[in-house]
Amino acid sequence: MSISIPPNTESNSKKLQPTGWLRYFSFSLDHKVIGIQYLICGFLFYLIGGVLAGAIRIELTSPMSDFMARDVYNQVLTLHGTIMIFLWIVPVVNGAFGNYLIPFYVGARDMAFPRLNAVAFWLIPPAGLMLISSYFINGAAQSGWTAYPPLSITTPAAGQIIWIISVLLLGGSSIFGGINFIATILKLRQPGLKLMQLPMYCWAMLGTSILVVLSTPVLAGTLILLSFDIVAHTGFFNPTLGGNVIVYQHLFWFYSHPAVYIMVLPAFGLVSEILPVHCRKPLFGYSTMVYSIMAIVALGLIVWAHHMFTSGTPPWMRLFFTIATAFIAVPTGIKFFNWVATLWGGRISINSAILFSCGFIVNFILGGITGVALAQVPFDVHVHDTYFVVAHFHYIVYGGSVFVIFSSIYHWFPKFTGKMLDDNIGKLHFILTFIGFNLCFAPQHWLGLNGMPRRVAEYDPQFTFVNQISSVGALLMALSTLPFLWNIINSLINGKESGPNPWKALTSEWLTSSPPPVENWIGEAPLVTEPYGYGHKTKNSNSPVQMNKKQETS
Amino acid sequence: MTAVSSLNEKSDELTSTKEAHADHRLFGLITFLIADGMTFAGFFAAYLTFKAVNPLLPDAIYELELPLPTLNTILLLLSSATFHKAGKALEEQHAKRCQNWLLVTAGLGVAFLISQMVEYFTLPFGLTDNLYASTFYALTGFHGLHVTLGAIMILIVWWQTRSPDGRITNVNKFPLEAAELYWHFVDGIWVILFIILYLL
Repeated sequence: MSISIPPNTESNSKKLQPTGWLRYFSFSLDHKVIGIQYLICGFLFYLIGGVLAGAIRIELTSPMSDFMARDVYNQVLTLHGTIMIFLWIVPVVNGAFGNYLIPFYVGARDMAFPRLNAVAFWLIPPAGLMLISSYFINGAAQSGWTAYPPLSITTPAAGQIIWIISVLLLGGSSIFGGINFIATILKLRQPGLKLMQLPMYCWAMLGTSILVVLSTPVLAGTLILLSFDIVAHTGFFNPTLGGNVIVYQHLFWFYSHPAVYIMVLPAFGLVSEILPVHCRKPLFGYSTMVYSIMAIVALGLIVWAHHMFTSGTPPWMRLFFTIATAFIAVPTGIKFFNWVATLWGGRISINSAILFSCGFIVNFILGGITGVALAQVPFDVHVHDTYFVVAHFHYIVYGGSVFVIFSSIYHWFPKFTGKMLDDNIGKLHFILTFIGFNLCFAPQHWLGLNGMPRRVAEYDPQFTFVNQISSVGALLMALSTLPFLWNIINSLINGKESGPNPWKALTSEWLTSSPPPVENWIGEAPLVTEPYGYGHKTKNSNSPVQMNKKQETS
Repeated sequence: MTAVSSLNEKSDELTSTKEAHADHRLFGLITFLIADGMTFAGFFAAYLTFKAVNPLLPDAIYELELPLPTLNTILLLLSSATFHKAGKALEEQHAKRCQNWLLVTAGLGVAFLISQMVEYFTLPFGLTDNLYASTFYALTGFHGLHVTLGAIMILIVWWQTRSPDGRITNVNKFPLEAAELYWHFVDGIWVILFIILYLL
């Protein structure tokens, strides 16, 4: 029999921790506090990354590099990419909502390893500050978030090394989080709660964590080799010393393609939680959702070389990775149609949460279609390293993940704080964001198709007008943050009390007070075996609902 | 014995409280070792690709001798066995015997490290001489780092198993189990590394 010291010592030490707002600055072990820490920390980095994006768009309003020097542009571009990926989307869709919601969904009082959880969070602020400070010390890294050698070896070393160290720290944080989520979901489930009864976000986080655990360490190893190349002048990736740059690309994309799923799979899960609540219908096709998440995880690990079709990849490799990538569209398409079918015939309340979720569905299908297009070698060779790729990528990570983050904030803010957000300001935020986002990134498809290369501060003057449209879109996106921030601050102070369950939702985080007490429930944890049992009483239930009922009872 | 029984009581008291849940630290460790293994997998993949694609530059020296690494392999495999013995001894509550086996294990680990250093100093190439040399040092160095950490862990476990006031007993044997599992993992990695680097 195994011993059970940890939970007890944990709950004892919890009582000694600060309880007011100060706890958000402490080494708290409460999963809800850690979740909020992730969210706020991530959002602050989002604002910084947003300012950098604004600087990029200002530079690109004119064909010459007149706003910043070229090397500064490269640094801004690198910092923007790294911050948005490693300090905003990954920590927020995984760390913030995962830590807050997963223990509720499995019916636990906390994560499996609360102390490891706190360590994972507290690695992030120092890593982020270090990354940003590199700009002021000796110039930040200039080789983009991909840090391809030989560029990363030949650009100034100090910034690149700081970049590597902070990405290693963030990767470590991500791995610790992943281990914690896997253990919590698989081992901490309430007795009587079956895997196939879990809310979809649990499945998404399980799949994401598997990807994190399998692929992040490879990036860590690769970056260690890269740092040897920079510091000790070894030649792993340096062709002049007999090394091989393509090996770096393979190892890098072995992490960084799954990283896209690490950013977007949790968003899939969150959307699957939000849609049923606000359209009062069960999630359509629960089991197909689960299988398609697992299919995406499995396929996501074997598609990385589609980023390298122009890297002298041999034909068999191109063929294999094209086919594997095209296959990923199948499970992704299943999920897309399931969301649409969930909405179909539902009693949809048009509020900010569902607007952002629907915005996600629209943007994501556009990004998905360009993704399938990019998987085809003949097309990819044409648009590789152009703005087409930039547009595609932002449709996935901004139109996909960030829209879902906002949707989730509107959905769970009442649970986090006990206060309602103002829905009208939320709708304004959505309209500005949606128009701004599409105005910013849709024209970039055209730019890419016409051959404007990405990551360069200067471009052919014929692209000026379209770039200016794109910059106007970016301005709208920047403005859209203002009503959002106002809404948050105003609602925290003057917001209407939400009560424990303002959306009349069925999942277990709503079956406790808002904000919840330290160990989630006073008394026994509720056993929720039908997280999506909406609309059972309606007489004229259409076929999707009945199908789903059958599924859930079986 | 008194210490053991008092700890037994303590653990009974702890398990009887209603919120106690089972110990999942071993599960977490296994997940972590999978992650760690993936780092090595990345290194191995890089090395094998270099071997397949990048020819050794003319007049680059990359020659490995077999005797010392074979000795190293035997040392590590032996240490896995002795660690297992230590765990068995703890289960049978022979604290002293457990400690002795732990010392033997740590000794074998240190012997491995010394032998590895000897190999480093006698090899005809250095870290930056050529691609293969760099990869050799990176792989064995990263593994050596794991062995070093493992040896330190064993010594900590050894210190904590001392009776009567040690913290690790047959009731609370997770630290020893964890160190043992990690040690077997590091040995397993060495076997793969030995095959890939020296035999292939």
